[in-house]
Amino acid sequence: MRTFAGVEDEDKWLAEGIAGIQHNAFFMHRALDANNLREVLKYSVLMLSELRTSKLSPQKYYDLYMRAFDQLRQLEIFFKDESRHGLPVVDLYELVQHAGNILPRTYLLCTVGSVYIKSKQAPSKDVLKDLVEMCRGVQHPIRGLFLRSYLAQVSRDKLPEIGSDYEGDANTVMDAVEFVLQNFTEMNKLWVRVQQQGPGTVREKQEKERNELRDLVGKNLHVLGQIEGVDLEMYKETVLPRVVEQIVNCKDELAQYYLMECIIQVFPDEYHLQTLDTLLAACTQLMPTVDTKIVLTQLMDRLSNYAASSSDVLHEFLQVEAFAKLSNAIGKVIETQLEMPIVGAMTLFVSLLTFTLRVHPDRLDYVDQVLGACVVKLSSVPKLEDARAMKQVVALLSAPLEKYNDIVTALTLSNYPRVMDHLDDGTNKVMAMLIIQSIMKNDSCISTADKVEVLFELIKGLIKDLDGTNTEELDEEDFQEEQNSVARLIHMLDNEEPEEMLKIICVVRKHLMTGGPRRLPFTVPPLVFSALRLVRQLESQDGDIAGEDVPATPRAVFQILNQTIEVLSSVPCPELALRLYLQCAEAASDCDLEPVAYELFTQAFILYEEEIADSKEQVTAIHLIVGTLQRINVFGVENRDTLTHKATGYSARLLKKPDQCRAVYACSHLFWVDDLDGIKDGERALLCLRRALRIANAAQQMANATRGNSGPVTLFVEILNKYIYFFEKGNPHITPSDIQSLVELINNEMQSDNGNTTIHSDPFFTSTLRYIRFQKQKGGLMGEKYDPIKL
Amino acid sequence: MVLVLALGDLHVPHRAADLPPKFKSMLVPGKIQHIICTGNLCIKEIHDYLKTICPDLHIVRGEFDEDARYPESKTLTIGQFKLGLCHGHQVIPWGDLDSLAMLQRQLDVDILVTGHTHQFTAYKHEGGVVINPGSATGAYSSINQDVNPSFVLMDIDGLRVTIYVYELIDGEVKVDKIEFKKTSTTNPAP
Repeated sequence: MRTFAGVEDEDKWLAEGIAGIQHNAFFMHRALDANNLREVLKYSVLMLSELRTSKLSPQKYYDLYMRAFDQLRQLEIFFKDESRHGLPVVDLYELVQHAGNILPRTYLLCTVGSVYIKSKQAPSKDVLKDLVEMCRGVQHPIRGLFLRSYLAQVSRDKLPEIGSDYEGDANTVMDAVEFVLQNFTEMNKLWVRVQQQGPGTVREKQEKERNELRDLVGKNLHVLGQIEGVDLEMYKETVLPRVVEQIVNCKDELAQYYLMECIIQVFPDEYHLQTLDTLLAACTQLMPTVDTKIVLTQLMDRLSNYAASSSDVLHEFLQVEAFAKLSNAIGKVIETQLEMPIVGAMTLFVSLLTFTLRVHPDRLDYVDQVLGACVVKLSSVPKLEDARAMKQVVALLSAPLEKYNDIVTALTLSNYPRVMDHLDDGTNKVMAMLIIQSIMKNDSCISTADKVEVLFELIKGLIKDLDGTNTEELDEEDFQEEQNSVARLIHMLDNEEPEEMLKIICVVRKHLMTGGPRRLPFTVPPLVFSALRLVRQLESQDGDIAGEDVPATPRAVFQILNQTIEVLSSVPCPELALRLYLQCAEAASDCDLEPVAYELFTQAFILYEEEIADSKEQVTAIHLIVGTLQRINVFGVENRDTLTHKATGYSARLLKKPDQCRAVYACSHLFWVDDLDGIKDGERALLCLRRALRIANAAQQMANATRGNSGPVTLFVEILNKYIYFFEKGNPHITPSDIQSLVELINNEMQSDNGNTTIHSDPFFTSTLRYIRFQKQKGGLMGEKYDPIKL
Repeated sequence: MVLVLALGDLHVPHRAADLPPKFKSMLVPGKIQHIICTGNLCIKEIHDYLKTICPDLHIVRGEFDEDARYPESKTLTIGQFKLGLCHGHQVIPWGDLDSLAMLQRQLDVDILVTGHTHQFTAYKHEGGVVINPGSATGAYSSINQDVNPSFVLMDIDGLRVTIYVYELIDGEVKVDKIEFKKTSTTNPAP
């Protein structure tokens, strides 16, 4: 039993030990030079006696051991040369056994044994058997371990492997294996016993010391892996079962963990595949404190890499039913290790899933199975709160997305949504965003209503407020990013078949309507435009297509559109709603649906009158109303008159005079459409221009009154340009003299400004005049038209 | 040689998920000196993305833009050319070239860039050139039934500007070019 001492004490003892070795080695060397066998043996024994100490920690003992080891090499050279000491090796082997203490005796025996085997005077296997038995005499854990380690080192190149100089009979490989196995088994037993009882902090030190020794034991497994002639058969029947037996029986946590890892790393992957039953059975029999998940994960990782190495290998996996076995083993481990925290179980599932995706990517049933097992485990805990476990679940859910690059595949996994249900709301949204990002990155298209339904269920955390969440708490930027992602997603939902597309739109609408006023402004527009694209598609096809629930007709779509835009009033966002109504109105016009178009315009006008009060917004709204109305040709005379009358009325009642002026002259275009059968009411067009002119005058007077000088002539020049426009188009009510008078009016306005401005020219006016001159010079009909105008 | 990118009417995310990948791979940061944008991005994300391509970004307000602070119109000088920028929903009738020519005279510019119709046009008239880069995402338009994604790259070199239009037709990027030369310098004598 080693007493626990301070480091200084140990250093002192080590120094003493080293001094002892050096001292005796000196004399041993003298004897070697003199070929004095007797003296050589005497001093070598004395030297080796230093290794009998029980005061040193493994690290320090190793130091001592290495010095002795170096000396023993010299000794071996001496032993080998019979001419120097005169004894046949057989006799030498006999002689050294007379050494007094067992430790030096056995070291010497191993050294001579090495020479003996090399001499080939006895079969390697016999000598080795003898030596490995002899080592039993040393039962002190550290001394025994190093002794056996020495034996392993000197015997390494003398094993009776196939193709070596020491190859024996038909059983030769078995003999080699047997020797190594025996040494391994004994070394492990010794290693386990290095452990001692003691208080907590001391135990950590012990663990550290034990770990320092572990490679001595592990080395044997490396050797087993390298023996020539050990094939799969022998590995399966002999090597692995014996090793596993020792691992399980030693009941030592440290040893079990280390040795299982060793096996996985040392032996080839194809062996592991063929011995899965044995390996996995061993895993389930380990001590409960052993971190089996790391072992299993390592195994699965190696097998995954193996599968990736070549395509032929795959059928082996199927043949041995690798997936089923791993799946069962993991299930068992999770079941039996009750104290395993949830994060551990999740980590195991992630490893298994990674394995499955790499080895059997086409087996969606396997993937679903793994997710299913995960669901069962998650259901057994009341609520998932551990952040690390949550992270593992996210990794679990992300893996199929990354692997398949196609969300549709992930959507077919029945357990996928069930796993997501177990996430907390925050993580659920993170996962939902990952799903959307995957779709966008891969440019995926989701093309059936069923899949859309599943998808929107998955991302429901983004679509609506889940129980317990409060959107008020959410960061504004994050919220916008989320909603914009959902908006973009809507454009990835598409089907060429109008019937199916309509179903998709209905499903999406159903979900979006649960979003609440904060979300609707983001999500409604993409839905609307998606529907408008469908309308255009329907229009371009011949005939209606009757669907099951909702027949796919433009009219049906407009009904849905109307109801959808209506919902925006709950937000409220009238400006957006107005724009959407106008877009739909134009689309309805293209479909020849006059009542629908009229209804949509009515809605837009109501919004303008009742909800839009901001002056700037009003101006934009008027532009949109007039611009849209100008293009629409579906209305009969009465309807058109009603709407244009309203529009011009709004224009004239805008707050600022310049805005009024511009809106009114824009309305002139409502009465003149340049198409073949477009309206061409020259008189009413001109009326608008004159009204605009009056407003411009009023604006000038106001400027005079308030500021003491006239405002810029811009409005007049704009109106002049409009006069020119209609003049060129052939409006009979506009004469060259009208244009002439306007030009003179503008000149006057500019000159009356002379008092305080130095600007004598207005570039807009100048370029307009230049344009008129250009047209005059054109000649032909246009030149003729302009001829009366003198500048 | 000054490269100016003109684009607009992306309508992200209202009408489109993103720019076409083929366009995105062409728009490499650091190659372009100015960006002029006709509006209707519609969200800040797109604004930020455009800024990464070129920090000198000029943009005007489209009717669906999220940011209401963009101006209704803008003028700027690049080399020998004066450029004007306006979304175009303010000019009625929409897309009418004569009305746009009027706006060009009003802004007193050599090149007027407008959008709204989602239809590429380059129209030379007495007062200069009117360019519409179309919709960079090929977004739905009530005005234009058949929209292909498109944008314009202008190469301004002295008194000459070469206008390249990039259109994505059936999955392939097609390029066309038009040249325009000014007859005199813009800047008045000091």
